Amino acid sequence: MDGRGILRGLAVTFKHFIASYVDDFRRLGKRYFTQEGVLYRSSPQVEGVFTIQYPEERRPVPENFRFIPFLVYDEGPNGEKEIRCTACGICAKVCPPQCIWIVRAHDPETGKPLKKPAEFYIDVDICMNCGFCAEFCPFDAIIMDHDYELATYDRFATNVFDINRLLKPASYYQQIRPTQYALKAAEREKKAAAKAARRGKAA
Amino acid sequence: MTTLVTVPELETRFAGVMTPDTRKGYEGYIVDVQHLKDFAKALRDEYGYDYLASLTGVDYLPEGKMEVVYHVYKSTGGPGLVFKVQVPRDNPVVPSLVDIYPGANFQEREAWDLLGIRFEGHPNLRRILLWEGFWGHPLRKDWREPYFEEEGKPYSSRWPEGKHFHHEDRNPFGKNVDYPPGFDPYTWEPETADEILYQAVLKRSEIRDDLRTERVVINLGPQHPSTHGVFRMIVTLDGETIVALEPVMGYLHRNHEKIGERNTWIMNIPYTDRLDYISAMANNFGYVLAVEKLMGIQPPERAEYIRVIMAELTRIVNHLWAIGFLLNDLGAFFTPALYAIEERELILDVFEAVTGSRMMNNYFRFGGVARDIPEDAWKKLVELVTDRLPRKVDELDRYLTESELIKSRTIGVGVLTAEEAIALSTSGPVLRASGVPYDVRRADPYSIYDRFDFDVAVRYHGDVYDRYLIRIDEMRQSLRILQQAIRDIPDGPIMAGKPQYQVRVPPGEAYGRVEAPKGELGFYVVSTGKPNPWRYHVRAPSFVNLTALETMCRGHKIADVVTILGSIDIVLGEVDR
Repeated sequence: MDGRGILRGLAVTFKHFIASYVDDFRRLGKRYFTQEGVLYRSSPQVEGVFTIQYPEERRPVPENFRFIPFLVYDEGPNGEKEIRCTACGICAKVCPPQCIWIVRAHDPETGKPLKKPAEFYIDVDICMNCGFCAEFCPFDAIIMDHDYELATYDRFATNVFDINRLLKPASYYQQIRPTQYALKAAEREKKAAAKAARRGKAA
Repeated sequence: MTTLVTVPELETRFAGVMTPDTRKGYEGYIVDVQHLKDFAKALRDEYGYDYLASLTGVDYLPEGKMEVVYHVYKSTGGPGLVFKVQVPRDNPVVPSLVDIYPGANFQEREAWDLLGIRFEGHPNLRRILLWEGFWGHPLRKDWREPYFEEEGKPYSSRWPEGKHFHHEDRNPFGKNVDYPPGFDPYTWEPETADEILYQAVLKRSEIRDDLRTERVVINLGPQHPSTHGVFRMIVTLDGETIVALEPVMGYLHRNHEKIGERNTWIMNIPYTDRLDYISAMANNFGYVLAVEKLMGIQPPERAEYIRVIMAELTRIVNHLWAIGFLLNDLGAFFTPALYAIEERELILDVFEAVTGSRMMNNYFRFGGVARDIPEDAWKKLVELVTDRLPRKVDELDRYLTESELIKSRTIGVGVLTAEEAIALSTSGPVLRASGVPYDVRRADPYSIYDRFDFDVAVRYHGDVYDRYLIRIDEMRQSLRILQQAIRDIPDGPIMAGKPQYQVRVPPGEAYGRVEAPKGELGFYVVSTGKPNPWRYHVRAPSFVNLTALETMCRGHKIADVVTILGSIDIVLGEVDR
């Protein structure tokens, strides 16, 4: 009990204290408010201050990052929205907190069910961001978003997303998840080719 | 994977009293209620099954039976044994095993609270997670929650005619709850409930003859920064010395298990993240193991390695957090905690890049993991494990371990002897700091832990200081495992078979146990072959470890309670479930 343990501990704190200044000087002008600085401060090499000054600075989110899902549409040749969703209901069935509601569309003349949704709701107050819907969607039609800034003033009026709010273009999907987009597109192409081959054989 | 055994000797000795459980998919023995205590005593004293891991009940509504399930193990390691008693559902009375296995205390109270099984001879059979005036026992199969919609998910109102509605509109508040007859929530006053509580504590604090002093009852919490959440301790004091202590919990109770029984099998994985939210992937691990055992599938090699890597990183995250906040409780306000959390941040970055979320990972699947590790995340992980983390653990050690202030506050405080630790069913760092080298990874290996070269960390004094030291030791061992796993990880698939959104789970029962950072985490699941589990029980390490809190605190000063609680390392999401 001679106080040496405390001194050794204080030396560690002092080192941290000095290191934060040393690092600030070494990376003067590059450490704060630059993309490079933000990346450095979340890398395994970082010494000194870790803090990222949100919202002035933002840490880029990794591709796998998941937040509230959105629905993908492809842009048709005349700019129309081709919704990928076929209203198969897998996302609604696998959703753990059951926050997805889907109304399947029906043919107005024959009354037969169509392969597209008439209405699509996600109650984002209930959504737990687990990502099952996107993971098990066979059509790559529902994707987890990267946009995490959804604060609102009134939850009842704004937090049940309908189909218009949920739809986002495929180009946005490609932009936030390039690897996954390429992978799934290749898979779809392969499937389509196999189908065409089968059809060719049958004919 | 957890293994269970049968003991032929027992069968001849207790012939007529116990029968092997012959239901399809079930294991172990069914014991006569009248002979339960003799059986348990023999098991503990003569056959060495001295560690009661899990105790829970199952409501078999169609058969009109209540079943109590006991999982016992030897504290020296090896496979365990399961036995059950069956009682009629309308009057379920079972003799209490608290005097044989003191660790049954809270678990029996939980079974009484949630299932209404009365344990005769229990010293303090009161509700534990719900409040005293609660009406009914919610885990019974015929009990319905206030926002009840259907017996099991997925709900038919979601598709194909899924018009959105708010639950509150369907079941308006005030009309959605059952009250006991003659009860009015607006005129009711909670005095009686607290009175029962205080009596329960005072009963245990006997007055000494030589000096007549008055006992003081103090409430610590539920709103108190030291309790790591909403947790309350009622302590009886003799001067400043603690005579008795009663933990009061359940403020965060959401009946995780009832939700789990409404869910389909796969839906439970993200829910397990929310148990011990500091170490989400360890929870995934336990649940997935239990269900995989029922399904009889084995994940591919690469998936096993990824699982181990993630589970060990989770352990480091958890111990960094635990040490940081233990120091906070000691009064070193936030400097050590933030140094520890800085490293945790970097690990969480890896988690985010791999799983998509920093804390609620939802990463494990039945038969594998959700996705492979991306290249940049792998690079960061390797750098962390081989270079940065070992350095930072050493720094933390240098910073704190020899500090005289910490030593004087923690050495000799909150002592739990090895015998007490086993008897009270503590697990994890609490058990190992008391000199019992029991680690599920070694004692009952699961996944691929038998391939790695690591030591089971053990310390012998059983005080707060040793519980701190053991966490440093365990981080070093975890790093050893990680370095081996990174070296040996093979290429290959990460999923056995195709990912399925509806899994078929054959009827039967399974108990999956893992060494979670806080102790033994067990999942007891019963399947009837339907899409939803019939029973889903969580043996939460923080919850069971709290059984030992009173033993640790008795005789110490009131200021030490905060330290002792911090050294158990509880997370209320798991305690209250």
